[in-house]
Amino acid sequence: MADAELVTLTIEGAQVRVPKGTTILEAAKQAGVLIPHYCYHPGLPVAGVCRMCLVEVEKQPKLQIACATTVAEGQVVNVFSDQSKKARQSVLEFLLINHPLDCPICDQAGECELQDYVFQEGRARTRYADHAKRFNPVEDFGPDILYVANRCILCTRCVRFMEHAAEEEVLNVSERGDRAVIGIHPGKALDHPWSGNVVDLCPVGSLLSKDFLHKSRVWELDKSPSICTGCSQGCNVNLDTRNNVVLRVRPRANLEVNRYFICDHGREQYRWMNHGDRIEAPLLSDRGDLVAVDWDHALDRAVQIIKGCSGRGVALVSPGASNEALFLARDVLSDLAVTGAFRVQRVPGESPLKGVPDLALREERAPNVAGALLLGYREQFEAALQAAPDASIVLVLGDGLAGIPAGALSSVANLIYLGTVLPGAARGARLVLPTANVAEEDGTFVNRDRRVQRYFQAKAAPGMARPAWWVLGEIRRGLGKGESLGSADEAFELLARAESGFVGLSYAVLGLNGVEIATGRPAAVVPA
Amino acid sequence: MGYPHQPHPRETVVLSQYFGDAEARTYDGWVKRGGYTALQKALSMTPVEVQDVVKASGLRGRGGAGFPTGLKWSFMPKEKAKAHYLCCNADESEPGTFKDREIMRWTPHALIEGCAIAQHAIQAEVCYIYIRGEFTEPLEVMEQALAEAYQRGVLGSNALGSGKRIDQYIHRGAGAYICGEETALMNSIEGKRGNPRIKPPFPAAAGVFGLPTTINNVETLVAVPHVLVRGADWYKSLCLSNPKSTGTKLISVCGHVRKPGNYEITLGFPLKDLIYDLCGGVRPGRTLKACIPGGSSVPILNKEESETCILDYEGAVEKGTMLGSGGAIVFDDTADMVYQVMRLARFYAHESCAQCTQCREGTAWTVRIMERILAGEGTTKDLDLLLDLADQMTGKTICVLSDSCAAPVVSGIKKFRSEFEAYITGAKRPAVALV
Repeated sequence: MADAELVTLTIEGAQVRVPKGTTILEAAKQAGVLIPHYCYHPGLPVAGVCRMCLVEVEKQPKLQIACATTVAEGQVVNVFSDQSKKARQSVLEFLLINHPLDCPICDQAGECELQDYVFQEGRARTRYADHAKRFNPVEDFGPDILYVANRCILCTRCVRFMEHAAEEEVLNVSERGDRAVIGIHPGKALDHPWSGNVVDLCPVGSLLSKDFLHKSRVWELDKSPSICTGCSQGCNVNLDTRNNVVLRVRPRANLEVNRYFICDHGREQYRWMNHGDRIEAPLLSDRGDLVAVDWDHALDRAVQIIKGCSGRGVALVSPGASNEALFLARDVLSDLAVTGAFRVQRVPGESPLKGVPDLALREERAPNVAGALLLGYREQFEAALQAAPDASIVLVLGDGLAGIPAGALSSVANLIYLGTVLPGAARGARLVLPTANVAEEDGTFVNRDRRVQRYFQAKAAPGMARPAWWVLGEIRRGLGKGESLGSADEAFELLARAESGFVGLSYAVLGLNGVEIATGRPAAVVPA
Repeated sequence: MGYPHQPHPRETVVLSQYFGDAEARTYDGWVKRGGYTALQKALSMTPVEVQDVVKASGLRGRGGAGFPTGLKWSFMPKEKAKAHYLCCNADESEPGTFKDREIMRWTPHALIEGCAIAQHAIQAEVCYIYIRGEFTEPLEVMEQALAEAYQRGVLGSNALGSGKRIDQYIHRGAGAYICGEETALMNSIEGKRGNPRIKPPFPAAAGVFGLPTTINNVETLVAVPHVLVRGADWYKSLCLSNPKSTGTKLISVCGHVRKPGNYEITLGFPLKDLIYDLCGGVRPGRTLKACIPGGSSVPILNKEESETCILDYEGAVEKGTMLGSGGAIVFDDTADMVYQVMRLARFYAHESCAQCTQCREGTAWTVRIMERILAGEGTTKDLDLLLDLADQMTGKTICVLSDSCAAPVVSGIKKFRSEFEAYITGAKRPAVALV
């Protein structure tokens, strides 16, 4: 980054040095002070309308809004002075005039900025007595979005998102004064492929997801950082789980990838993670039947099968499998001449979020296409499938066999299948090893911009299913190629040592935001 | 009492000289009265020279803020890198103010000329004249005059044969008071909702369509030709009190006076003489109670203050109010100040653009409390509450609409507290029919 001119100022007694042009609100974050705000959002243009971030700037006659006031050399900012606290308290009181106190039935409760700030600095009681609150009916804005006008505080984040990020003018502020509500343009619906973000952006429970409606109190949710599996963009997300069930997917900020947003397709990707049709135990072929066995037995058998093979092998993998598993799958077959192949579902036409550069729902609907390519797999699935009957062994990794006719692999002598569900084509396998899905393991993907990104386990795998890196790691040990792998971290270390593209990387280096690697040469690693 | 009235001998008739003179509306009639000589003169000067003359005259914005006009023009970029714009604010919506309406009705060419001179001074090829939507007659007159000005070569690609392009367009508002706020006006011209913008950036840096823009009031612009023709010194000499307030000002007087109307006074004129002499005082048997001197947005003056207030920018401030747009609303002793304040607050609650929380919710809440007091259901706590709300509505929002709602409430309670208390204690019967 070019040397930006720095400005020194004091916020709540703490000195900070920030680039010229920074707003007081952003500078305060660096001083460890969160200035309460509603309309401001780092991913949207500044509106300056909620007036919640009023702070005292010494030598200024009036309170200033921290979201739109830029820093100046020697500035002294008081966020919690009596004057600014009173101003914010008054904004809160004004906002609560027409805001129903229906937190007990509101989905936002627990992650509501109005609730939080009222609790933090609001009045104990309103002085707005003896008058009825304004009432407007709930409106259906689009396929997944409800608008509860009564709770709306008119911060206009949703309007600005649609106008400046989605670049599709659908929402507006209708009416004036205290009659104002968010309106929807006549004949239009909030059905833009990225419109679900308005629910996340809404600081109160005014814009709600129908999908998540009344599903859970948010304080009962556990949040796990993950990577969206919807396409090759690699948007950073959080998987919100309760009782071992993923209930929703929300964007996790990453300025290099998805900023603060995810598309609606990505938002729906949690459903399959909860499916109940899972393989829950290792299965061994016994006279045409698949019989459940324990892991020791299954792994011994896997080692035996691989040891007994020579010549050519085929690995049919899913571009949704982790780098760790993809690497280990090649490693366990390294004594054979292996053809590694994958296929990827392509849906023509990208759905970009126009206002954000290089962000779209991509045509390739898998998260790790780039990872599979880097690790030596080719998108030649049909050819590999044709060659499978002649191979001495076929290893299937991940759920890559969906839609393949049941008999396609029937003549394969040694079929080892690692996956979460059992498709017809895999029923003739000698060995079926149940693996965890993306929500049930730690791992990494490489997105289309060659950014290696981690995802974390969000829930427990069903039955005896184990992460693929563990399963393959144990087979690898059985083949005498190394020690047991204790964690995905160790599996990645192994990969990083062996694969030139990943040199110098580790889970610690990747952190939560990932690292971009250069093709074919060691990465100049800069922690994000 | 016909309208417009015959000028009172104590008026200084400059801008209003041709009010009532139908011939002055036409191009020929206007030229016969010396029209467009100022523009001719301006076009022979450099933009900076025009700015300097206006600066020297001491002319200040007549829309309400009283900002020095020449100085405002000088904020525009000197080197014209991109298009510059002039916006003429003819969205006169301030309750009690009706001077721009008369200027446009009777002397449309004066406005066209003033705009053209200002355009030259700020190097703006295009001017938008933003006319209040309800002004149907002024709009018609202005449109006709504008067509004539184009026909006669005053405007267009070769304005008055100068080789310069001067274009003017009329934009009709749709009836929102807030569109008279300069940044809201620009949004409205752009076809957006008329919401005030946060400043900075100021219009001179990024105004309409994001380009350097100056916004001037109608009355300010029509004063400019006179300044150019008769000179800055002459204009400066029009001053009865503070030398910082020069020139004439149209004061729209309405309410409880015998002769309401527009009166053109030299700045520094006593409000008392305006009410009692020019306007003939209050009706027989009544006494003066209060006056809002500068349009509904400024604090109310009581009788004593009204009778000692000097009508210029500084004189009004001295009495704790503002000259504003010069719309004087006069109340006699029959006026119910509680009702009047409620009515004003209701106007602001209706017109709030709904952006800032304090304004959107505060104006409406203020109205409800005022209505409650009028209905005899108020408590003494309500007055403190009103004052506290007013305090939080002042100086905390993007524009001053919320401040404008607070001003009459605060001054009303401060100066006429007993009337509020009469409703609260039950000494006064509740006002049932609220219109």
